[in-house]
Amino acid sequence: MNDRRIGPPLDRVDGRAKVLGQATYSAEVPAGSVAYGVIVGATISRGRVTAIDASEANAVPGVLAVLTHENAPRLPGAAEKKENARVVQLLQDASVAYDGQPVALVVADSLEAAQHAAALVRPTFEEEHAESRIEPVAGTAFVPKPSGPRPSSDSHRGDFDRAYEAADVRVAQRYTMPIENHNPMEPHATLAVWQGPDRLALYDATQWVFGVQQRAAQIFGIPPDNVRVVTKFVGGAFGCKGSAWSHVFLAAMGAKVTGRPVKLVLTRQQMFQSVGYRPQLVQEIALGARHDGTLVAVKHDVLSQTSRFDEFMEPAAYATRMLYACDNVRTSHRLVRIDASTPTFMRAPGESSGSYALESAMDELSYALGVDPLALRIKNYAERDLEEDKPYSSKTLRTCYEQGATRFGWTKRKRTPRATREGRMLVGWGMATATYPAHQNPASALARLQPDGTVLVQSGTMDIGTGTYTVMTQLAAEALGLPVERVRFELGDTTQPHAPIEAGSGTVSSVGSAVTTVATKLRDAVRTAASAEPTPDVYTSVARRGPIEVRHDEKEKDDRKRFSCHSFGAQFAEVRVDEDFGTVRVTRVVGAFAAGRILNAKTARSQLLGGMVWGIGMALLENTVRDEHSARVVTKDLADYHVPVHADVPDLEVIMVPDDDPHVNAIGAKGIGEIGLVGMGAAIANAVYHATGKRVRDLPITPEKLL
Amino acid sequence: MRPFTYVRPTDEASALSFAVQPGARFVAGGTNLVDNMRLDVERPRVLVDIGSLPLTGIEDRADGLTVGALVRNSDLAEHPLVTSRFPALAQALLAGASPQLRNAATVGGNLLQRTRCPYFRDPASACNKRVPGSGCAAMDGFNRSHAVLGTSSSCIAAHPSDMDVALVALDATVHIRGPQGARAIPAADLHVVPGDRPDVETVMRAGELITHVVLPDTPFAAHSTYLKVRDRASFAFALASAAVALDVQGGVIRSARIALGGVGTKPWRSHEAEGALVGKAPSRALFATAARAALQDARPRKYNAFKVELAQRTIVRALSTVGGVT
Repeated sequence: MNDRRIGPPLDRVDGRAKVLGQATYSAEVPAGSVAYGVIVGATISRGRVTAIDASEANAVPGVLAVLTHENAPRLPGAAEKKENARVVQLLQDASVAYDGQPVALVVADSLEAAQHAAALVRPTFEEEHAESRIEPVAGTAFVPKPSGPRPSSDSHRGDFDRAYEAADVRVAQRYTMPIENHNPMEPHATLAVWQGPDRLALYDATQWVFGVQQRAAQIFGIPPDNVRVVTKFVGGAFGCKGSAWSHVFLAAMGAKVTGRPVKLVLTRQQMFQSVGYRPQLVQEIALGARHDGTLVAVKHDVLSQTSRFDEFMEPAAYATRMLYACDNVRTSHRLVRIDASTPTFMRAPGESSGSYALESAMDELSYALGVDPLALRIKNYAERDLEEDKPYSSKTLRTCYEQGATRFGWTKRKRTPRATREGRMLVGWGMATATYPAHQNPASALARLQPDGTVLVQSGTMDIGTGTYTVMTQLAAEALGLPVERVRFELGDTTQPHAPIEAGSGTVSSVGSAVTTVATKLRDAVRTAASAEPTPDVYTSVARRGPIEVRHDEKEKDDRKRFSCHSFGAQFAEVRVDEDFGTVRVTRVVGAFAAGRILNAKTARSQLLGGMVWGIGMALLENTVRDEHSARVVTKDLADYHVPVHADVPDLEVIMVPDDDPHVNAIGAKGIGEIGLVGMGAAIANAVYHATGKRVRDLPITPEKLL
Repeated sequence: MRPFTYVRPTDEASALSFAVQPGARFVAGGTNLVDNMRLDVERPRVLVDIGSLPLTGIEDRADGLTVGALVRNSDLAEHPLVTSRFPALAQALLAGASPQLRNAATVGGNLLQRTRCPYFRDPASACNKRVPGSGCAAMDGFNRSHAVLGTSSSCIAAHPSDMDVALVALDATVHIRGPQGARAIPAADLHVVPGDRPDVETVMRAGELITHVVLPDTPFAAHSTYLKVRDRASFAFALASAAVALDVQGGVIRSARIALGGVGTKPWRSHEAEGALVGKAPSRALFATAARAALQDARPRKYNAFKVELAQRTIVRALSTVGGVT
C-alpha cells in the first residue's frame, strides 16, 4: 500500500489543455469590439510632469483616447491606502515617484495603433534628485508599521549583548543582496469590460480574484458585488501578481472612457518597473558560540527599502527568531525610502533572503569553531519554538539533515577550503537549513453532485502553475471515494466561494482543507440520501434523483494556535569554480524537505525543483540594477537580467521526507511552493567558499567577485 | 513600434533599388532589428526583407569557403567544412544566443547586429550612438558589460557578436554589393571604432548589402579555437571572449591571430598580441606576455575593470588550448 503521506503522482488535470493551447490566459479571453491599452511610463524617477503633448498621438488613426493627469477621470478612491493593497498611480496628479510610473494611457482600435501613438506622447518632466540605493540614505532608516500575520519588526529574548560578549567564538558580518524581479513568463494582463455604468468584469492575471474585486470596487466607488473578477490560468506569478497594480485600474478606466472592452498587457520592461520586486537588502548577523558549538547569542538586523509612498517590509529575520535553540536572540527590521516603485512579496519573502544571511553566518561560524557545518546545525537543533514558546506542530528536520547528507555523501567532505581540484576547476560543497511557515487562512468551497453522477467542486482560489487544479481534484476525489475522472474542480472566479490569496505556500493548507471538508459533507449527504455507503454506483443513482449541493467555510484549525507550524528542509550543493575566470557552475544539489503530507508527488517535486532553480538564480545571477544617477531600471529585459537557463541547472535531487502533522490543518499538508528556494542561496555561497576560500557576502556571486 | 513599409524582393537588383529609399533597412532573421524596433530604438520606414534572395549557399571555392549572407547561424556552425577547417567559427557560433535564435539569425545580420548597451536600448537614455550629441549615460552609469578597448569619450558600447570575432581571427573577407558596385572588406576592417561618431559603426555605405563572406585557407585556421566567458552557462553575451589561431612549426609560432569579443567597441584584433607570439616557442609565459600586450591600452570604467584581467586570462587559456600548453 502506498504511503498516505506522499500522494500519488497524478498528471496535471489541466496539462493537456495547456500543451494544446486550449488553456485561456487572461490576455487571450475573447471580447467583442475590444480596444487595446498601452501605458506610457515616466522616464524619470522623481519629479513631476510639467507638460504633456498628446496631439500627435491623438492624430494616429484608430486612437480612441489618450488619458493623462490632465483629462483622466477623477477617482477619489485611488489615493486611499488599504490594508494588504498597494498604493496605485492612476493619472490623478502630475507627480512622479518612480521610473515607469504611468503618465498616460493610450487606447486604440488595434494594438499597433496604440503602441504607435504611445511612442508619440511627449511628456516634459521636471526631474529631482533620485535615490537609487539604500546605502546613501541608510541614516534615514525608520521602524516599519506593523502589518501581516507576524507584525513585530523587532524581537528579543534573553540578553544578546551580554551573551555575545561572553561567547568563546564570535562571527559578525554584513550580507547584501540586490533588487530581484519575479519575471513570470506570462506578463501582467487585464481585460476590463463594463457591463453597465456600475458593473465591471475584469479578466486579470492575478493571484487573488477577491483582492482585485475589493480594490476595484473601492477605487471606482461601486459595490464589490458589482465587480466580477475571473482568472482561469496564470502563467507564473511568484508574488508579483498578488497585488493589483495600477495597470488593472487603468484598463478599467480606459474601458469606462471609451465605452469599449479594453485589453492591457504590460511589456517585460514595464514589469521590471511597476509590479513589485524583492527589495534591496543589507543584513547584519552576529553569532556567538561556546567552543563546543553551542549557540549562545544570535542577532539579525535587516535594512531594506520601500517606495516614497507606500510601505513593504521584507521580513528577513523572522525565521532567525526560531530556527536554532539559542536563549539570546535579537532581531530588527528597518526601512529607508528610495525613488522606486513599491517592493512586494517575492517567492519566500523574508525566508529566502534572511536565510542567505543567517546560513552564511552559520557556515562562517563552523569554520571559526572548526566543526562541520551540518554538525553545528544539529548541535543547535531546536526541539521547540523558543520565540513563540510553543512546540512545533511537527518537525522532521533531523531526518532531512540525515537523508540529505547521506544522499549527497556529505561525510566525505574535506574540512578545509580549496582542497578539491579538477584541472582548473575548484570543487566545493555547501549546505544550509531551509524553513517556511505553514500558513492557513479561512477558505470556502462548494461541492455539487451533478445529474451525470460526477461532482463539481468550486473555490475561488488560483492555480499559478502550482498544481491547484490537480491536487484539489485529488483531495475531493479521495474524500468522496470517487475516481478523479468523476471530479471536476473549478477556480478563479469571484462568483465562487471565497478563497484567500494564492500565496505564502498556503493554498493547499487553506483551500485544500475546505475542499476536503466540503467533499466529506457531500459524501455524508449522499450516504443519507441513499441510506448506503457511497460507492461510485451509489453516487450515480442518487444523482438521478436531482442535484445535491453543499457548502463549507473552513476556519483556521483551533489546534494550530497551540503550535508553531513550519516546513523544514536541508539543502546540499556542489559547485565548480573556474579558478581563472571566477565562473561558478552548480553541478549537484540535494534538497530534503519535510512539509507535512505531500498531496501529489509529481506536482510537489516540480514545486520544489522550481524553488531550487530560483536559488541558483538568487545565488549567482539575478540582479536588478538601477542607474545610480537617474535611479531608473537599467536591466529590464531577460538578456540583461539573468535567470538560470537549462545549462545552469544540473540534476537536482528532491527527497520528500514523510512528515506526520496532526495539528497544522485538516489535511496535514504544509505547502511546498517556497521552501525549495529557502536555503539555496546560502548553500551555494557556502559551497563557493569551500571551493575557493573566498567568502562573497554580496549576491549575486558573479565572476568579478572571485577573480 | 512605428508603422513601416514592408517589401520582399526576390532578386538582388530590386533589393538594392528598394534600399536607396529614405529610412530603408534590410532585414533577414530579424533577431536584432525587430527587437530594437519593438523598443523604439530602430525606426526604419521601409523594411526590405531579403529572405528570398539566393544568398544561402556554402561553397568550397579556390579562394576559400564562401558563405552566403543568408546562411543561418546554426547551419554554418554544423557544416562539416566549418567544423573541420575553421573550428573557432563553429565554436563561436554555438557560443552565441540560443538554438532558436541561431536557427533564425544569419551571417549578414550577425555582422551588423547592434550593441547590447542598455542605455542604447532605452530610448529615454542619453546615447551618442542612438542620438548623436545626446551624451553617454553608460560612461558613469552601469557599465559592467561595456568595452575597455577602442573606446572614446563619446561611447564605450561593446560589440556583442561572437561570430565576428572568429571571422576576424580567421582573416575572413566580407563581400558587399551596393549602388556603386561590389567590393570586399577584411572582416577586421568592417567595423570602426566610435571616436566622436559612435553612430557610424561600419565602413558600409547607404544601400549596401552584404552578399557573402569568404574564409581563406590559412596555415592557422585549423588550429583555432573560440573561448567565451559569460555569467551563465549559456545564452549570455560575453564578458570576455577570444578567438585565437596558431601556426606552429618546428616548435616555433610562424603566425598567430588573436581577436577579442566582449571587451572591444568592435570585434577586436590584437596585432600587439600576435606580434608578441610570432617567432617564439609556445609557453604559458609567452601567452601571458601576449595577453598583456593585447590589453595594454585598455581603458576600464567603474564596473568593467575586471574585464582587463579576465580578457588576459581568456587569451592565455585559449592559446594554451591550441598551442598544446598546459
